[in-house]
Amino acid sequence: MTLLRIRNLTVEFATASGAFRAVDSVDQDIGNGEILAIVGESGSGKSVSMLAVMGLLPWTAKITADEVSFDGQDLLNMDPRARRRIIGKDLAMIFQEPMSSLNPCFTVGWQIKEALRFHLKMDRKARHARAVELFEQVGIPDPEKRLSAFPHQLSGGMNQRVMIAMAIACKPKLLIADEPTTALDVTIQAQILDLLASLRDETGMGLVLITHDMGVVAETAERVSVQYAGQKVEEQPVADLFNTPHHPYTAALLDALPERATARLLPTIPGVVPGQFDRPAGCLFSPRCKFADAKCKATPPPPLGTDLGHARCFYPLNTADRIAS
Amino acid sequence: MTDAPVMTAPSATAPVMQATALQRHYEVSGGFMRKPRLLKAVAGLDFQLTPGKTLAVVGESGCGKSTLARMVAMIEEPTEGTLTLDGKPVLPDDWADLRQSVQIVFQDPYGSLNPRQRIGTILMEPLVINTKLTKAEREAKAREMLQLVGLRPEHFDRYPHMFSGGQRQRIAIARALMLDPKVLVLDEPVSALDLSIQSAILNLLTELQDRLQLAYLFISHDLGVVRHVADEVIVMYLGRAVERGSKAALFAAPQHPYTVALLSATPQANPGAEKRRIKLKGELPSPLAVPNGCAFAPRCWKAQDTCRAKTPELGAAPHSAACFFPENAG
Ligand SMILES: Nc1ncnc2c1ncn2[C@@H]1O[C@H](COP(=O)(O)OP(=O)(O)O)[C@@H](O)[C@H]1O
Ligand SMILES: Nc1ncnc2c1ncn2[C@@H]1O[C@H](COP(=O)(O)OP(=O)(O)O)[C@@H](O)[C@H]1O
Ligand SMILES: [Mg+2]
Ligand SMILES: [Mg+2]
Repeated sequence: MTLLRIRNLTVEFATASGAFRAVDSVDQDIGNGEILAIVGESGSGKSVSMLAVMGLLPWTAKITADEVSFDGQDLLNMDPRARRRIIGKDLAMIFQEPMSSLNPCFTVGWQIKEALRFHLKMDRKARHARAVELFEQVGIPDPEKRLSAFPHQLSGGMNQRVMIAMAIACKPKLLIADEPTTALDVTIQAQILDLLASLRDETGMGLVLITHDMGVVAETAERVSVQYAGQKVEEQPVADLFNTPHHPYTAALLDALPERATARLLPTIPGVVPGQFDRPAGCLFSPRCKFADAKCKATPPPPLGTDLGHARCFYPLNTADRIAS
Repeated sequence: MTDAPVMTAPSATAPVMQATALQRHYEVSGGFMRKPRLLKAVAGLDFQLTPGKTLAVVGESGCGKSTLARMVAMIEEPTEGTLTLDGKPVLPDDWADLRQSVQIVFQDPYGSLNPRQRIGTILMEPLVINTKLTKAEREAKAREMLQLVGLRPEHFDRYPHMFSGGQRQRIAIARALMLDPKVLVLDEPVSALDLSIQSAILNLLTELQDRLQLAYLFISHDLGVVRHVADEVIVMYLGRAVERGSKAALFAAPQHPYTVALLSATPQANPGAEKRRIKLKGELPSPLAVPNGCAFAPRCWKAQDTCRAKTPELGAAPHSAACFFPENAG
């Protein structure tokens, strides 16, 4: 069943120099128990699109969409009080920098218990027992002792676990993890990713994993959505995306991976991501695409069908008739 | 061993820089009314840097990579051990002269450039201090360098904030090359860059090395990048080298359990790949409380009593691990 359904989501920021489109006509479906990765380079709108879903964007953001619904409920037109009952309970999010979302003035135990009090109305004793249980679940050793620690007394990896413990405290149906391991070393990253995957296995929650790391995508995700300059340019099951990318941007990104290198010099993508003032009229990737022609530069390509990974491209790669070559 | 001895001119293989038992300690305050404690950020490293070759240093945060970079770049003096450049000892009194030969590029292309200076000024500045070139000569050289790192002539008069992260890293590399150094220390030079920019900067570094026969000390936590750029690799753990070897040998048959664990934890961009992750016990110890014996022993699945009693040393072989019970050995 579809848990989160997004149709035609656009986010524009009012800036001193005019409106800036950070998210552009994005569609997305996430089902129960599914792991979806959203991948893209920095500034491609990954965080903003999910912050829009969570209702966490500043007032300068203008959000429009045909539909944003969670578990059958319309998130867009929901009154703030009803929204607060869902956010942090059924729909939870963790961020790249645990220190920016943990309050330095309170112990981590107090913070997690506060979430349990607010959402689940648990009494003091039940809160404590559940907090200990959560810390154990996310692999924090010596939970009783760690509950009384302040964030600055814990390592980055431990704080990230505290964040995860807080996010899953109320057994969310969907967890959005925004670059949860980007600031961490690979050995800790591996532990955190294993933890998230096993939580999904145990609780059946859906997981949206935002990342820029193709390795993390390959090892963790089931389905992958690729974003470029605010648009979703392709979406495929993980193996298909890596084996037969349809959008030239996806293909170019995969080619640029040092670990896939076949020569001393790596394939590169010329040019830079378009900004506020040089947004192309046609395909957003056309100025950097080696296949682009006049049509691509003039007309924005609409998304193709599921069989072609919803690619926003007039000349998709690895199609049935081109796969042989 | 299938490798035949290679006969080359001595000048081509002679190391330009050599480090012997290099150490750097810091005194950190123990808190109110407590004795300061000694933190051995780098606790004994030996290596050499060769023209046209890249020595990569990998390890998790806090293992001493940047401290090593600062010593090699003559920003900080080693507490113990020696560094030589072209066979001559590198002593603080001579730093001002020697520094021309060893330049450094940092991870953060935002913090490392003065926002109030134009790119041209940034590039010419090292020449003002260190050479007797005329103004016209300095400008000619700066413009030439701009072109060499793939920037355009009109960039000469612009300010750093007008550039993207990748372009700023090109500027930082250009500045480092202005004095024709022999050694370039690269401390996580592509870690802050997006994939598509990263590949362009890595290519630039490859081309510059081929052209100028630069010796690189390439510091990174990304094994995918290291696998692409390195000739030799040193793996560090808590200030020490736990393994050293040619890239091919080290990636094909890692010997130290820590290297094996690090490789197994590095995600591969291949969904079909077999995953066999080694779960390490516990957390990285504080560098103020480095375990006795082998520092990795408390987290190692192979550790025995010997490991906790004695400190294993790196062997003399080209590929060697500081371990009593290495993997893939022999
Ligand atoms: N509050 C804001 N005001 C103006 N622009 C913003 C704001 N937040 C994000 N942006 C811009 O929106 C774009 C998308 O940002 P983001 O979603 O954070 O990218 P990603 O997470 O993919 O790296 C970026 O260009 C960013 O600068
Ligand atoms: N100036 C300093 N004073 C005290 N401790 C330091 C200083 N610089 C680095 N350290 C410590 O030395 C260790 C190694 O740090 P660093 O070389 O930055 O590691 P890396 O670059 O591998 O992450 C860390 O424990 C760090 O906290
Ligand atoms: Mg983001
Ligand atoms: Mg460092």
